[in-house]
Amino acid sequence: MVDGSPALDGSGALGGSPALDVAAAPATVNAGTGPLYGEPPIIEVRDLTIAYDGQPALRDISLDIFRHEIFGIIGPANSGKTSFLRALNRMDGFNPGMDVRGSIRLNGKDVNDWRNVYALRSRIGVVFPLPVGLPLTVYDNVAFSPRLRGIRKKVDLDEVVERCLTRAALWDEVKDRLDSLGSLLSGGQQQRLTIARALSQEPELLLLDEFSIAVDPVTTMRIEDVLRELRSELTIVLVTNLVQQARRLADRTAFFLMGEMLDIGVTEDLFEGKVTDERTTGYIEGRYG
Amino acid sequence: MFAATPLNRRSDRNQSVAKAVFGLMTVVLVIPVLLIIGTLVVKGAPAISWEFLFTAPRNNMTAGGIFPALVGTIWLVVVALLASVPVGVAAALYLSEYAPDNLLTRAINLAIVNLAGVPSIVHALFGFGAFVLFFNMGQSILAASLTLAVMTLPVVIVATRESLQAVPHAFREACWNMGATRWQTIRKVVLPNSISGILTGVILEVSRTSGETAPIMFTGATAFLAFLPESVFDQTMAMSYHLYYIATQATADVPEELTYGVALVLIAIVLMMNAVSIAFRVYLRGLKKW
Repeated sequence: MVDGSPALDGSGALGGSPALDVAAAPATVNAGTGPLYGEPPIIEVRDLTIAYDGQPALRDISLDIFRHEIFGIIGPANSGKTSFLRALNRMDGFNPGMDVRGSIRLNGKDVNDWRNVYALRSRIGVVFPLPVGLPLTVYDNVAFSPRLRGIRKKVDLDEVVERCLTRAALWDEVKDRLDSLGSLLSGGQQQRLTIARALSQEPELLLLDEFSIAVDPVTTMRIEDVLRELRSELTIVLVTNLVQQARRLADRTAFFLMGEMLDIGVTEDLFEGKVTDERTTGYIEGRYG
Repeated sequence: MFAATPLNRRSDRNQSVAKAVFGLMTVVLVIPVLLIIGTLVVKGAPAISWEFLFTAPRNNMTAGGIFPALVGTIWLVVVALLASVPVGVAAALYLSEYAPDNLLTRAINLAIVNLAGVPSIVHALFGFGAFVLFFNMGQSILAASLTLAVMTLPVVIVATRESLQAVPHAFREACWNMGATRWQTIRKVVLPNSISGILTGVILEVSRTSGETAPIMFTGATAFLAFLPESVFDQTMAMSYHLYYIATQATADVPEELTYGVALVLIAIVLMMNAVSIAFRVYLRGLKKW
């Protein structure tokens, strides 16, 4: 956290770590495509607590994520990063044992107040660590979500499929076999297919959970470039095990440990040691984790 | 350098013993199957002819063929399938894809398992009481088929549920995360990838239905009919009941080869169904998409 940076958030609902100024945004606003720190956040999380069958996974998280921001979340395994993403997309609905308390507002509206949860999920793209190529053709994988939106015309679908596959750095490898099964691609290709599918939703918000685990380093770099470009269109929450990936991509980064948020701030500041909690620096420098 | 230690040799010996024991058990298992089929073929084959298959019994069933029974069995199986497959598949879809995992759902699942364990004669009495008397269907193909349907419902439900659950959960979550409803997910991803297992279950049900005797003997099967059934409200002959009748109930002396002939045709039907089922499964496994 930058000392003396002004808190933009007036709600004062700061959760368990009062030392953290959750909504604080950097004073500098990047020109053009950068994060819109001056505007109301796309996501406001307050006092978010998540438990699985009574076992707490995340405690009292409060933070804001702004439009056109890449928001990084780092932290060792079992620190609640994935649970955080699942709650954003209301995936607790898939898992009866998952208990979510507190509030998450998307565009100012509590996610639990969305009467149509399908509409909510269709606006949020999700990519998980393990690729899921649906047992459909490559083409149908990417055309799945557009079809749900009611796009029927072949030319329109073709356009979406090519654009999304290109962005996910997969088009060149599959353009000649769009009719083969997505589930038979290699692991890394399936992960890029998953990313293409998430993009085909034309989401406002893209949640990436350690997307690069199954992807080779060169392709990872290509996708990272795409993510930087995408920032002008959407907001990205990037959970990553690779602290250097957070440093390369994220505008701001939060550090989660054992279900608590120990630090949040401009990524460069965290990496330069301007931290609230010494453990953040310890993790970034690889002293534990 | 790679000499076997005493431990290696002992493991090796144990392994040989285990293999021998399991192999022996397999042989023990195969013997009765071979004996049954062998006896049936040897004693029943002389009776099989076009005439046997396509004419009605004559002379108090001591001569002639089995055509009405063959046709009757097809009627019973088809009507039973029409009743049990839609109900069974829909129930399995609900239980597997929609129902919350609570006490009620578990109770229903338990009930289905128990339904599978109910002896067929109990189903017969239930069918007689419910369909023949209470619903006033009389002894008819409809009553007999519905009894068979109730009896085989658990087979359809369990087979369907298992093939639904063989579709990885990650596929469902991926669809839901794109905003697909449960039904869209089922229609586009789950069903296309479980249909093979469901059909296999259905074929197994056919083979079981065609061989059952008890459930139909009070509800719609009759020992002898000179004509073929014309609607589901008629009584009918059936292969399984015909065999039971000529083997144990007939007053006149039925030639032995005729009895074995009926048994051979019946078992051939069941084996053919199973063979189709297996072939189908092998074929569809080749199309498996993950």
